[in-house]
Amino acid sequence: MGASQSARTEHEFQDLADRTGFSLEQIGNLNKRFRQLSKNEETLSRQDLASISALDNNPLRAQIINAFFDKRNLRQNEAGTVQVIGFEEFLMVMSHFRPAAMHITEEEREKLRREKLRFLFNMHDTDSDGTITLEEYRRAVEELLSKAGTIGQETAKAIADAAMLEVASTTRGKMEPDEFYEGITFENFLQILKTFDIETRMHVRFLNMDTATMRCGK
Amino acid sequence: AQPLSEWAFTRHRLYFLTIGLVLLNLPCGSYTEIPPKPPGTVTVLPPVTPAEGPQAFPDAENSNLPVFTMNYARIQVPFEVTLWVLLASFAKIGFHVYHKITFWVPESCLLISIGLMVGAIMHSVHEEPPAVLSYNVFFLFMLPPIVLESGYFIPTRPFFENVGTVLWFAVVGTLWNSIGIGMSLYAVCQIEAFEVQDINLQENMLFAAIISAVDPVAVLSVFEDVSVNEQLYIVVFGECLFNDAVTVVLYNMFNFVAEMPEVEPVDVFLGVARFFVVGLGGMGFGVIFGFVASFTTRFTSNVREIEPLFIFMYSYLAYLVAELFSISSIMAIVTCALTMKYYVEENVSQRSCTTIRHVVKMLGTISETLIFFFLGVVTITTEHEWNWGYIMFTLLLALVWRGLGVLVLTQIINPFRTIPFNFKDQFILGYGGLRGAISFALVFTLPDSIGRKKLFVTTTICMIMFTVFIQGISIRPLIEFINVRRTNRNLETINVEIHSRLIEHTIAGVEDLCGQWSHYYWKDKFLKFNNRILRKILIRDNRAESSIVALYKKLELQNAMEILDTVSGDINAGSSIVSLQYVYPLSHSSACFLSLSLSLSRSLSLACSLSLACSLSLSFSLSLLLAFSLSLSLSLSLSLSVSFCGLVTLSVSLSLCPPGCLSYTSFHIVHPSSLTHYPFNLNRSDGYLRNPEGFGLGSIYQG
Repeated sequence: MGASQSARTEHEFQDLADRTGFSLEQIGNLNKRFRQLSKNEETLSRQDLASISALDNNPLRAQIINAFFDKRNLRQNEAGTVQVIGFEEFLMVMSHFRPAAMHITEEEREKLRREKLRFLFNMHDTDSDGTITLEEYRRAVEELLSKAGTIGQETAKAIADAAMLEVASTTRGKMEPDEFYEGITFENFLQILKTFDIETRMHVRFLNMDTATMRCGK
Repeated sequence: AQPLSEWAFTRHRLYFLTIGLVLLNLPCGSYTEIPPKPPGTVTVLPPVTPAEGPQAFPDAENSNLPVFTMNYARIQVPFEVTLWVLLASFAKIGFHVYHKITFWVPESCLLISIGLMVGAIMHSVHEEPPAVLSYNVFFLFMLPPIVLESGYFIPTRPFFENVGTVLWFAVVGTLWNSIGIGMSLYAVCQIEAFEVQDINLQENMLFAAIISAVDPVAVLSVFEDVSVNEQLYIVVFGECLFNDAVTVVLYNMFNFVAEMPEVEPVDVFLGVARFFVVGLGGMGFGVIFGFVASFTTRFTSNVREIEPLFIFMYSYLAYLVAELFSISSIMAIVTCALTMKYYVEENVSQRSCTTIRHVVKMLGTISETLIFFFLGVVTITTEHEWNWGYIMFTLLLALVWRGLGVLVLTQIINPFRTIPFNFKDQFILGYGGLRGAISFALVFTLPDSIGRKKLFVTTTICMIMFTVFIQGISIRPLIEFINVRRTNRNLETINVEIHSRLIEHTIAGVEDLCGQWSHYYWKDKFLKFNNRILRKILIRDNRAESSIVALYKKLELQNAMEILDTVSGDINAGSSIVSLQYVYPLSHSSACFLSLSLSLSRSLSLACSLSLACSLSLSFSLSLLLAFSLSLSLSLSLSLSVSFCGLVTLSVSLSLCPPGCLSYTSFHIVHPSSLTHYPFNLNRSDGYLRNPEGFGLGSIYQG
C-alpha cells in the first residue's frame, strides 16, 4: 500500500477511534481481523461470520451473528436488518463490549449500563416491537439450553415461564385476575437486572497486540 | 416475636449453666502433655476415699457389694473435651441472645473475651488449661475442619476468575511482608534503648515469617458477615488460604537457617525449589484425592448412609498425607474440597448432600469457636515477656508493610484485571489482613534454643489481639463509611442467572469472532474437556445439567417449602403470635415491642409488653383475629397475647424469676424483611399468578 493510502487509513482510524472509543492499535487489529473474515473485501456478510468454525459450539451463534446485522445496534433508530456491514459498523457493534474505564462518573456508568443492556434486549426482541414477549423469551432460553445436554423442551419452557412470572411480579406487583402481562419492556428489563453488574461483566478485553496471527486464523 | 419470658428464661439458665461449667472445668488438667492429676486431689468432684470424713458406705474390710461407685479417671479425657466444647458453644449461644452485640463485634472477639475470663479464673486457681493450641492438636485436629469448610464453600466461579490475583497476593504479598517486616525488625533491634540486641537476623526473619501470614480463621469470621463486593471478598479469602505454602516454606527455611551457622546461596535457590514442591505438591495431592473421592461416590448408590463419610475421610487423608511430606496441607485440603464438591454433589443423594454440607459447617464452626476460645484462655496462662519497643514496632511495621504491599502489588496487577481495584478496595484489602491462631500455634513450636521465645509469644499474642479486636471491630463501620462497592450475594433470581450464562456465551462468541484469546477461551476448553471426559468417568449418570436448570429446581423447591410453612407452620408454636390471614410467613411481618419489666420483689417480676405488629401484608382482606397463647416456661411465666386485625398485639406476661434475677428494659424493633422472590404459587398449568390464598394476580398467557 502506498504512503498516501496508509495516511488516509490513519486518518480514518483516528476518526473511528474518536467515535467508538477504541485505541488506534485495537482498531488496527480489528481491521486486520475484519479483512481476514471478509476475505479482503470492503463489506462483511452473514456467511462470512457463519463460517467461523469456533462459533459452531456456541449455543447463541445465530443470535450473535444477527446482532451484528441488526440496525438497532448500529445506532440507527430504525428496526430491521442489513445484509452487509462495513468496518465502521463492525466496530460500532464491537464497541458495546468495551470495558468500563477505571474512573468514570456515575452518569457515564449508568449510560454504559443502558447501552449494554440495550444490546442484550435487542438480542431477545427479535421482532423489534420494544417488548420481549413470552414466545421470544422461550425461544431465547431454549437456544441457551440447547447445547447443555439433554434438556427437554418442556423444562426449557417451564424455566422461561418461571422467569417471566418473576419479572411480572417484580415489576408489576399485584395484578387483577384478568389482567395480562404483555411482555418485558426495556424499563422492566433494566429493573430486573438492576443488581447485575453488567458494566464490569460484559466486556471483551481487546488486546493491543495482534493475536489474530498467533492463533491459526479462525 | 419472642415473648419476654422465653428471653429471660434463656439468659438466666445460661448464667447458671456457664458458671456451673466453669466450676466443673476447673479441676480438669490438660491431658496431652501434662499428665493428669491423680483423682485424689480433685477438689470439686471428690471420689470417696475411705480415709476422709464420715463414711456413708461400709468399711473397706466389709466385702459387701458397693452400690454406688465412681471412677473419674476412666472418663476424664473425653469428659473434659466434651465440657470444654459445650462451654465454648454455650458462650456462642449466649452472644446471640442479645443480637445487637454480634452485629458490631465479630464473634471471634467475643469468644476471645470469654476465653480471657475463663483463663483468668483458671489462672487464679493455678490450673493448667488443656493444651489445645499445642502444635499437634492444633494442626491435626483443630485446623482441618475450618479449612475444609472454607474450601468447600468457596464460590468457585469468582475464584477461578480471580485465581491469578489470588495467587499473586498470596505468594508475592506474603513474601514481601515477611522480608520487609523481618528486615525492619532487625533494624529496630539495633536500637539500644529497646534491649533486644540479642535477636539476630535469622530469628527476626523467622518471627516475621510467622506473623506475616494472613490467617484464614480470623479473616473468615470477620468477613463472613460483612458483604463487600465479590472480587474483594474472593481475593482476601483466597489469599489467606493459599499463603500457607509460602508460610510453610519460609518457616522451615528460617528454622533450618537459624540453627545453622551460615547461609549459602545454594540454600536460597533450594528454598525457591522447595516452594514449588510445597505449593504444587499440595495442590496436586488435593486434586488427586478429590478425583478419587468423586470416583468412589460413583459406586455408593447402595450405601447411602455412609456417603458423607467418604468426603470427610478423603479430605482428611489429603491433609494428613500432605503433612506427612511436609508440604502445604491447607492447600491440599482446599483443592481437594474444590475438586470434589462439583462431582460429588451430583453423585450422592439429596440427603447425603445436605448432611455433608451441614456437618462440614458444624465442624468448622466448632473448631473456630474452640480456637478463639482457647486463644483467650491461653493468653492468660502462658508466661509473658513484655518489651514495649519491640511489640509496638512490630504492630506498626506489620500495618505499614501490609499497606505498602497492597498498594504496590495492586498497581502491578490492576492492568491485568478485568475489574481493577480502586483505592477503597485496596484499603479494605490491606486492612483486612488479620492474624490469628495459626501464627500462635507456630510461635509455640519455635525451638527453645531461641533465647527470646517468650518475647515472641507475647508479641504474637499482642498482634493477634490487636488485629482481631481493633481491626475486626472497626472494619464494618469503615466499610460503610468509605462506601466500598457492596454486593448482594444472596440474590438468586432466574433472570439474573439466565443472563449471566447468556453474557458468557455471547462474550465467548464475540471473542471467537475477534480471534482473541482470553479467560473464556480457557474456560471453554476446560468445560469441553470436563464434559467429554471427566464427567463420564466421575459421575454416575451423566446428564449434563445447566446451572440455570439447577437454580430453577432449587428455587422451585424453596418455593414449595415456603408454601407449606405458611399454611401450617406457626399455629403450633405456642407462645408466638400467629395470624392466619397473612399471606407470608410470620418472619415477613415486622413487630416492634416495648417491654418493661419491674422487679416488684426479689422473687416476682411483672413484665408487661406491648407489641405492635405492623405487618406488610399485601392482602386486602381484613379479618379479625384473636389469638391468645399461654406459655408456661420453666421460669414460670404466663403470657397472654391478643392481636386485633393483625395490626396490634398486646401481650402481658407474668414471670416468676429465681431470686436475685436481673431486671431490664429492652426495646426491640424487628425490621420487615424483603419479599421473597416466589411469594406465590407457580401454577404452571395455566400460567396464572396467584398467592396461596387464591387471589389471582394476573396472567402471563393471553386469553
